Amino acid sequence: MKVLLGIGGTDGSFGALERTVDRAVVAGDDLTIAIVDSEGTDADRDELEGRVESAVSDTELSVDIRHVEGEPGSKLVDIAESEGFDEIVLGGSTTSPMGKIKINQTAEFVLLNSHVTVTLVR
Amino acid sequence: MTADRRFPDDISGPFEVPPVDFVDRDDREIVIEPYDGSEAEFDALVEMYADFDPSDRAQGIPPGRESRIRTWLESILSEDCLNVIAWDGDTAAGHSTLVPDGDEDCELAIFVLQPYQEAGIGTHLIESLLGYGASHGITKVWLTVERWNHAAVALYKKVGFETTGAESFELEMAIQLADQSD
Repeated sequence: MKVLLGIGGTDGSFGALERTVDRAVVAGDDLTIAIVDSEGTDADRDELEGRVESAVSDTELSVDIRHVEGEPGSKLVDIAESEGFDEIVLGGSTTSPMGKIKINQTAEFVLLNSHVTVTLVR
Repeated sequence: MTADRRFPDDISGPFEVPPVDFVDRDDREIVIEPYDGSEAEFDALVEMYADFDPSDRAQGIPPGRESRIRTWLESILSEDCLNVIAWDGDTAAGHSTLVPDGDEDCELAIFVLQPYQEAGIGTHLIESLLGYGASHGITKVWLTVERWNHAAVALYKKVGFETTGAESFELEMAIQLADQSD
C-alpha cells in the first residue's frame, strides 16, 4: 500500500511515526513521510528529520522523506490525491491535562476533505 | 495548553462547599464529599468507570479498559488535582475533577453514572466542585464539550460557564469564580 505519513512535531506525530514504520515493515508499505508545519509546536525541521531518519534507519525500508511547506492539511490532501496514495496517516490529536483528546485543525481538515482513506493514530 | 485562554468578565458564585447532602429526584440520599485519598474510594471510582456506558464517553474519557481507567485515575486523583465524589451509600454515583493546566487555571470534567443521571446530581456535583475549587483559591476554570452534548452544555451554562471557543470540533467554555479561600 502506498502510504503518506504527515508529521509535525507534536507528541502524537511521534507515536504515529513509530506505528506507521512498524506497520510498513510488516506489510511492505511504500512509505512517504512529509514533514509539515505544526500548530502549537516550534519543532525544528532538521531535528524532526533526524527523528524520522533514526526511526527508519533500523529497517530495510526505503522511505521518501520530504519537507512540505504551507498549510499542512491541504498540502497533504493534495499530495495524496495527485500522486495516487492509498492512505494518509496522521497523529493529529493532543490530550488536555484531563486526558481529553482534541483533534487538531490539520487532522480535522484532512478527515473532512481527503478523498483517500485517513488513519488517525491515537 | 494555550496561555491566552479567555475567561468571562462576570464572576460566578459563591458555590456550596462540600460535604453536601441532599435527596435526589429518585428519592436516593446522596452525599458529595472531596476524595479522601484512600484506596477504597479509588477502587469505588474504578468500579464506577468500569460500569460506564461507552455512549457517555467524552473525547476519549473515561477510557474503556480497567487497566487504562486506573492509569487515568492515578493522574487525575493525584495531590495537585481537586476531586469530589457523589456517593449513594458505598456506590460512587458521580465524580467531578479539577486538573491544573500549568497556568493558574484548571480544566474541569464531570461524570455521572447512567442510573443516576437526570436526578439533579450533576448540578450539585459541579457546584460542589466549583465551591471546593474556589475555597482553594481557584478562580479560573475551563472545559471542552462536544457541541452535540446539549444536556452537558445546558448544565455548564446554568452554573455560569460561557462559550469561549467554538472554532473546533468541541466547544470550549470557561467560568470566572469568586475566590472563596480565607
